[in-house]
This record gives sequence, structure tokens and C-alpha cells, in this order.
Amino acid sequence: MPTAEFSGGIAFALEQAGKRYGKVRALEQVSLTFAAGTTTALIGSSGSGKSTVLRLLLGLEWPDHGHVEVDGQPLQRSDVLPLRRRVGYVIQEGGLFPHLTALGNLALLPRHLGWNRERIRQRAEQLAALTHLPVGVLERYPAELSGGQRQRVALMRALMADPDALLLDEPLGALDPVVRHELQDELKQIFDQLGKTVIVVTHDLAEAAWFAERLVLLRQGAVLQDGTFRDLRDRPADAFVSRFVAAQRRLPEAL
Amino acid sequence: MRCTLPALILLLGACLLPAPAQAAPVRIGSKQFTESVILGELALAGAREAGVAAVHRRELGGTSILWRALLEGEIDAYPEYTGTLTQELLKGMPADADIATLRARLQPLGIGITDSLGFSDTYAIGMRDDVAARLGIKDISDLLQHPELRFGFSNEFMDRGDGWPGLRRRYGLPQTNVSGLDHTLSYRAVASGAVDAIDLYSTDAEIPYYHLRTLRDDRRYFPRYEAVYLYRLVLDRSAPAFVGVLHKLTGSIDEEAMRAMNARVKLRGIKENVVAADFLGIHADGHDGGLWPHLLQRSAEHVKLVAISLGLAMLLAIPLGILAARLRRLGQWVIGLTGVLQTVPSLAMFVFMIPLLGIGTWPAIAALFLYSLLPIVRNTHAGLVGIAPELRESAAALGLPPGVRLRRVELPLAMRSILAGIKTAAVINVGTATLAALIGAGGYGQPILTGIRLDDVGLILQGAIPAAVLALLVQGLFELIERWLTPRGLRLEARQ
Repeated sequence: MPTAEFSGGIAFALEQAGKRYGKVRALEQVSLTFAAGTTTALIGSSGSGKSTVLRLLLGLEWPDHGHVEVDGQPLQRSDVLPLRRRVGYVIQEGGLFPHLTALGNLALLPRHLGWNRERIRQRAEQLAALTHLPVGVLERYPAELSGGQRQRVALMRALMADPDALLLDEPLGALDPVVRHELQDELKQIFDQLGKTVIVVTHDLAEAAWFAERLVLLRQGAVLQDGTFRDLRDRPADAFVSRFVAAQRRLPEAL
Repeated sequence: MRCTLPALILLLGACLLPAPAQAAPVRIGSKQFTESVILGELALAGAREAGVAAVHRRELGGTSILWRALLEGEIDAYPEYTGTLTQELLKGMPADADIATLRARLQPLGIGITDSLGFSDTYAIGMRDDVAARLGIKDISDLLQHPELRFGFSNEFMDRGDGWPGLRRRYGLPQTNVSGLDHTLSYRAVASGAVDAIDLYSTDAEIPYYHLRTLRDDRRYFPRYEAVYLYRLVLDRSAPAFVGVLHKLTGSIDEEAMRAMNARVKLRGIKENVVAADFLGIHADGHDGGLWPHLLQRSAEHVKLVAISLGLAMLLAIPLGILAARLRRLGQWVIGLTGVLQTVPSLAMFVFMIPLLGIGTWPAIAALFLYSLLPIVRNTHAGLVGIAPELRESAAALGLPPGVRLRRVELPLAMRSILAGIKTAAVINVGTATLAALIGAGGYGQPILTGIRLDDVGLILQGAIPAAVLALLVQGLFELIERWLTPRGLRLEARQ
């Protein structure tokens, strides 16, 4: 993998990628490109294969056929550790390690990279400001944090080593509506501010449209439509897209 | 956090490595019954009198343990009976083979045999005198008329060729109510009427004490059991004075004298070494240290057995558990195999160790080590496999290499399960280690063995109570270690 500087993040691509889990087809023959520095939202109902896309891009799974490209080069198994360090990954409920404090969670990768204590603390405080997390919370364990705090810490952990890309898998899925709304605003701000390649997985069309210009709607492992919210609403590729959009319109603000 | 587990292993493992061997003393063995112990003490006292350095490894379980230990060179001499040699230990010997024949047969094995010590301790069948009188039983053949009688035989007698199976065939005995008993308990069983007849030895001290009648072997079934010493022939060169001591004892003990010595130990509670010294007309060497020094020594022996076996088991079992969690297929095998080890009866496990490691501390540690593997392997495996997939994946997604993930994330998350496995192994070990006395490893099992042999409840408690206390201490210690090693975050999580 080339180690050149990428001011605008990482460019990802799936080339005819397919993935099965036993008999279940998670993804079939999907080709997608994610240009460096852009924000994309993957939407679809559960089981549509949207999480699998993120897992393939991180090398947590390998396609049964086709391949993954990172910055134009096919992803090799030997590349995954350096790749993952350039990519922040946030999952639903955060995936924080319960045996470590928030700061301990943040420090895990930086310590391995040889950062000293002072540098870790400075970076943590910087990110706490970015995510509006009170600094005192960093000493607490995950069990002592609220859902929103946990998600903020998870985002900070993903951002610690200043990655070139952020992959978020239902990052706000487990939060109550008020906190969720608040964090949607903050995340959007952060994405715009950092200018990284961002891919957000969500099943919420309104949230997807809030985060990203480009929406990719998946169903049963295939891309149904790839376009803007307007495209999906006004020129749905098929009946399912219409139904998906219609289902979301029942949200109060859409009435 | 990251260095505490290895530190714990070192702490447990570093306890007391074996002391370097000095100018090797002659090692005398004895079986786990009083007469054998007295004969062992006689050889020991004689050796000391003759200025030969010697030790007595007393109460080493049954015949097979002593015989194998002698063949393996783990002991140099022990008292045996000719009948046991012809019937049990040497295949294809006529039951009436004389000592010269046995000597010729033993020589190629590197084993020497003395002449008879002067008495025969043969198997006999005993009944309460009043019961036998009421039923009119004098000879073993008279038992044919009373098929309802209940027999209680020692486990050894039940199984061996010259024991119950052969006796039943020779006489055509019809009795079917036959149960296995520990020999030392069988006198109480017959005296209380729980059984009607038992096997006994003709020199047993209890025969007159419990008013028993020994039935006449009218069909001459039981072979002669002349008492002899067996010794390794290398002693002829390495310790000729000791061989001289053994030969000097031959012909000096008649049945009466042996029964009297047995009675002094078993019924009057006099120590074997005193009885032996009195018989030889010398002063008893070595003084009884009293309860506390004994307790201290046994505690040291017991803790050493448990600590070293547990420490070594942790060194192997934790990596095995990690491996089993990584490679599912191999994991099934590893857990299955350690599970099979667990099913080996503990006494058998100790005996299996003799041909491999001899007798004493190390074979006992090896056996306890094998027993400790399963709980630790299984809990390590379970702890790692039980980690939530999203946590494992989060660690991978951070870009940490597998080794760092294991050390920083997976092992801390599995820590409680691993510690619970170690605790289980430790507590089981404390109990199982009491059996180690059977192969000469000492510990709390020693007074228990002696206590059972001498029917001395006080002595049994001297082993049983400290063993129970130690088990509780170990339990408490591990609870402290658990509290200390379990990350605070996990305790908080558990409380939610």
C-alpha cells in the first residue's frame, strides 16, 4: 500500500465483491467507489449487507469473490493493520472495553504506537472539546457513562490517531431520540470540519440525508439505488425504494 | 495489570525446588499396614546400629507400588512375603516354591531375597468366636453349610489370584454376600456383626483382642507367607553392611513375637520405631517431635505439592486454553484430552507415575499437575470464547496486532473466568494431595493413612483438619487475588 500523503482521506472501492455467511448471501457482486474526502451514507433494512461493506473495507471480512481497493490498490492481508490505523471505526453502542476507563480506551492504540502519556492526554482533551465531552468523564469506566457519553468516547477513540477515514456502523442506533438528535448535529459538524472520507451506515433515511449528500440504498446484498435524497424520492429505481422512502416520510417533521 | 498474572505463576512455581542429593542413604520401603511398617523400622534401626545411613519411606500404599518402586530403584529394600511373590509378583511360580527357588528367579531382576525372618503371616479367614461356636464352624469347609453368611474382604484379597476367587473355587463356597472393606476397618465390621467373616493375617494383633477364631485351612489352600526382605542386589557392593543387617534379622522373629509387636503398636499406641528398637535391645533413635513441628513439616510438604503442581499447570494450561480458543478444532481435542485425564481415578494416577517418575514428591506433583489442567484450560477457553464478538472486533478494528489484543483486551476480559479455573484446580489439589502420601510424598495424607491403619481418629484429624483449613485458606486467598486482579470496570459492569 502506498504511504503517500492523502490530504483528502482514503479512496475505497469494492469491485464485484460478494460475501456469503454459510447459506446466507450478505453481499453479491457489489461494485461501489467512495472518493477520498467525501461523505456517503449506506442505508437499507437490517440484513441488507450495509454493515458487511464496512467490514470488507476494514479487512475484518474478506470477499468470497471480487476484491477491495484502497487508494486504487487491491487490499492484501498484510496491509490490514496499517490500514486499520488510518481508519476510525465506530459501532452501535460504541464497543468500548469495559475493563478500561474512557481514557484507557482512547490510549490503547496510541500507546501501542509509542505515544507518551502527555501526548495522549493532550489529544484526548482536544477531542473531548471537539465532541463536547466534559474532561472529567475520561476517568470513568464505560459502565459509569451514559449512552451518549459512550458514543462520544467511541468516536474519540476512532479519531485518536487522526485517521484519514471514518467508518460508522449505526453509530447512533442505541440512543434515545433527544441525545440522538444532538449527536447528529455534532457528528455532521465534525465530518464537515475534518474533511475525511466518511461512510455512515444507518437504517434511518432522514439521518442518512442529514449526514451525506450521497445515499446508497442496499437490499438483500445488492445496490438498489445510488444517488441523492432527491433522486431516491423523485426517481426511485424500483417499488422498494419508494416504499423505503415512504416509510421514512411518516416521521413527524416530514408531515 | 499486565505483569500480575506471570508474577502469580512465578510466586506459586518458585516454591522450593528439590534439595540436592547428599551421599545417598539406603531407602527402605514399607507397605501401608502395621507389620510392614514395623519390619521397615527394624531394618532402619538395625542399619543405624550398624552405622549405615538409611531412611524409611513408610506406608507406601500396596504391594504393586512397593514392587515397582524396588524394580525401578526408587527404594532399595522392603519387607515382603513369599506367598505374595509366588502368587502375585512372579508369574508361573508354584505356590510352594522355596526361598532358594525364589532367589534364583529374582536374581536376573537384580533383586535379592533374605531367608525367612522366622514367621509366616498367611491369609486366614476369621469369625467372631461366639458366632463360630454357635454355628459349629471350625474349618473353612464348615462354611459350606452356611451360605447366608456375609463376608467382608479387603480389596486386595477380593482381587488377587491367591485370595477370594481361588478360595471360593477350592472349597466351592456358596456365599454371595461379599463386600470389599478396608482391611483396617474389617475387624470393627466383624466385631460389630456387620459382616460374619473377614480375611485376616495370622499375625494380626486384633485376633485375641476382638475374640476372633481363625478357621483351619483344611484343604491347604493358602500358600505359605514367609516374611522376608527383598533388596536390590547392587547393595551387595554399595552397602554390604546393610545387607548384613537384613540377613542378621532372619530367623529372629517368630509368630508370637510378631503378633506382640503388632499388638504394642496397634492396640497400645506405641510408635513403631520404639517397638523395633526394643526388639533389637537398643535405644530408639529419632524422637517424636510433637504435634506442632509435625504439622509444620506436613504443611510445608502439602503446600509444596499444591503450589508447584498448580504453578506448572498454569504455565501450560493458560497457553493451551488460549490456543484452544483460537483454533476451535484443536480446542475440542485439548479439552477432551484434559477431560480424559480428569476421569483417571486419583489413586491410579499416582500409581501410574511410579514407572515414569518413581516415588516421592515429583510423581505426586506430576499427578496433581495433570489434574489441574482441565479446570484451567476449560475456564481460560470459556473466558476467551465468551468475550462479546463486538468487543473482539473493536480491538481488531483499532489496528492492534493479535498479541496486543490478547494481552490488553482479551486476557483482562477473561481474567475472572481464568482465576475461577485456577481456584477450582487449587482447591481440588489440596484434597487430592492427601493421597500423595501413598507414594511417599508426605503431606497431610500421612497422618490420615497412619490414622486409618492404627484406627486412631485423633491422628486422622491431624491430617483432615489442616487439609480442610488449607482448602478454605486457598479459597480465601484466591478471592483476594480475584478482587485484586479483576479490573474495576468489570466489577462495575457486573453490578449493573
